[in-house]
Amino acid sequence: MRVALFITCVNDTLYPATGRAVVTLLERLGVQVHFPEEQSCCGQPHFNTGYRHQTEPLVRRYARVFAEYDYVVTPSGSCAAMVRDHHPQVARRARKEGRELSPAAAQQAADRTYELTEFLVDVLGVTDVGAWFPHRVTYHPTCHGLRMLGLGDRPRQLLENVRGLELLELEGAQECCGFGGTFALKNSAVSTAMGKDKARSVEATGAQAVCTVDNSCGMHIGGLLARRGSTVRPVHIAEILASTADAPYAEAAV
Amino acid sequence: MSSTYLGMPAFPEAAAAATRDERLRANLRHATHTIRDRRAKAVAELEDWAELRAAGAALKNRVLRHLDHYLEQVEEKVTAAGGVVHWAADAAEANRIVTELVRATGEREVVKVKSMATQEIGLNEALEREGIRCYETDLAELIVQLGDDLPSHILVPAIHRNRSEIRDIFRERMASWGRAAPEGLTDSPAQLTDAARLHLREKFLRARVGISGANFLVADTGTAVVVESEGNGRMCLTLPETLISVVGIEKIVPSRRDLEVYLQLLPRSSTAERMNPYTSMWTGTTDGDGPSTFHLVLLDNGRTDTLADPVGRQALRCIRCSACLNVCPVYERAGGHAYGSPYPGPIGAILTPQLRGTSTALDASLPYASSLCGACYEVCPVAIDIPEVLLHLRERVVQGGRVTVRGRRRTVRPARGHTSERAVLRAAQWVLDRPGALRAAQRLASRTRGLHPRRLPGPGRAWTDSRELPRVPSEPFRDWWRRTRGGAQESPGRGSRAGTSGASGDDRGQEER
Repeated sequence: MRVALFITCVNDTLYPATGRAVVTLLERLGVQVHFPEEQSCCGQPHFNTGYRHQTEPLVRRYARVFAEYDYVVTPSGSCAAMVRDHHPQVARRARKEGRELSPAAAQQAADRTYELTEFLVDVLGVTDVGAWFPHRVTYHPTCHGLRMLGLGDRPRQLLENVRGLELLELEGAQECCGFGGTFALKNSAVSTAMGKDKARSVEATGAQAVCTVDNSCGMHIGGLLARRGSTVRPVHIAEILASTADAPYAEAAV
Repeated sequence: MSSTYLGMPAFPEAAAAATRDERLRANLRHATHTIRDRRAKAVAELEDWAELRAAGAALKNRVLRHLDHYLEQVEEKVTAAGGVVHWAADAAEANRIVTELVRATGEREVVKVKSMATQEIGLNEALEREGIRCYETDLAELIVQLGDDLPSHILVPAIHRNRSEIRDIFRERMASWGRAAPEGLTDSPAQLTDAARLHLREKFLRARVGISGANFLVADTGTAVVVESEGNGRMCLTLPETLISVVGIEKIVPSRRDLEVYLQLLPRSSTAERMNPYTSMWTGTTDGDGPSTFHLVLLDNGRTDTLADPVGRQALRCIRCSACLNVCPVYERAGGHAYGSPYPGPIGAILTPQLRGTSTALDASLPYASSLCGACYEVCPVAIDIPEVLLHLRERVVQGGRVTVRGRRRTVRPARGHTSERAVLRAAQWVLDRPGALRAAQRLASRTRGLHPRRLPGPGRAWTDSRELPRVPSEPFRDWWRRTRGGAQESPGRGSRAGTSGASGDDRGQEER
């Protein structure tokens, strides 16, 4: 099976440690990872702000770049949801409006795209990836992973099998953190109010880290925690799962 | 707060003000979380909820597909049963019809059942201008009316008020509207309810004209249905001689049997009750029983135009339960008034810009009043995909497109005020569609990272005013990949099978740390 990593633009630019962790983890599980360098962004910032036409070149690019892989794995619930739920729809509407974009190609790419925890649990069939992460962690299920992808308890199953990890319940876990892409800027007051409540819940658990499957939500929660002077850090699930006793997690040496 | 939505600021400004109001935040948080939890329990009791929800959506879709047929059926049946049917294309026409009907009775006072349609058209204000006084009889609507306030929730219009505020409103205002509040009124719910009951009782007994909406209109019998909790509706629907009901044309269900679905979906979704305490049904008029004159005003007011939109029309399935408001994290912080319409929350964010259009700054801002978390869609008893419609309307705002206005197809132009956003996203798209440029931009960011300020100027302030920025890493992922893996080999079509590599993966992933 040919497996490609779709890193996502946010991870590529701001969270390369998450990408390195995905590579480490998948290789440890015997998967050879490919990284087609022509990849870029799923188009979510444009699409979710209303600029559907501007999304089209990125949809076309995604379908082309990943056409030859059996699986595309991405460490982002919301980017996976964008590709799976919206790419085929963007392509269909483009064609209907007379612009060339293959719905079949977009659908094929969508069908092969998996969020990381889905790929681990559903495709590889593992819930114990041999990880070691001796810290107190709380898990925030991000909205697109929770509701659009239906990740269910996959991330929890994986976390529960991590040696040394103490998983703490987050009150109001299923409530949105308030990131919402451009919502964080357009409605920053409400976004911040939501995020502050989430940050308070996170701190109340006594966890050292808040784990998500989306670094964009982590960036928002983490940014609020840091502004409060909190020591709780957002950590992507890939970095926890990649951590082992031999090569333990260390905060990215930035 | 004056009792009009006109001239209100766009959602972000109004919502920002609301987030600073600690008492409002506390009232809303308490109320929405209580009802949210109770709803979840009430819904979980039914094993066939998913089927009921699908049926609720399917029945409404059928009605919308054949709306012309069902509307004529309603007219025929109501007329045959002794009612009079009026057609109102918009708010002004509906208000004119109702005003004339009340005038013809010679009355100067009417009692009202809680009704979203009459809120939507501003009926109370229209009647007031003609010297006719409307008395709201739903407890929460009474609180809003006495307080010269605006409703902030579909089901609980005074949700933004707590008990002590309500006590103060009753003490200060009841006397000027009729029977004064009892001496020594406290903020205990029982005393407040009792005060309202005494105040309203004289109005019920005196009124000769009642005005209502309807939750459902049964097409094959012409029966109107009102569901409520307090019994005030039953009073208004039975005691007056004349009853005028203003009903949106989408309120139809095909047959009486279909009520089985909605009378389960609605109470559990709205008040978290298995069954609402009062369900009133009437078909035209009946000699010696209830009003002797019944007028049904069928209201369009943008609904036919909404129906013309294949994506947006699902909003017309709404049964006004308000489950989406109670679960919405944005509504919880922003409050209902920020939405500038009687329809607040997620449903308001998709309904208002369709019924009113997107030409004002407020209406154009509503589709953005959401983080797209999807909780509203999850709880909607008629499965309205609210995030889908929000995205659709965002597109209409920034890209423009074809819409239907009063039955005519028109092209709307992109809204103003998005110039810099459009430029930024266009530039971003240019870069993102050119990996070479993307790499150059990332490298520039990495190399200058020591110079990045903690607080950004311009639009970036919206982020850094409240949150720290993540530190830009020393190299983007794609540079690490190329440096450690030799990126050139990674063109599609090459690479080995899974399982043949990975032995050395452990330490590679950590070498940067």
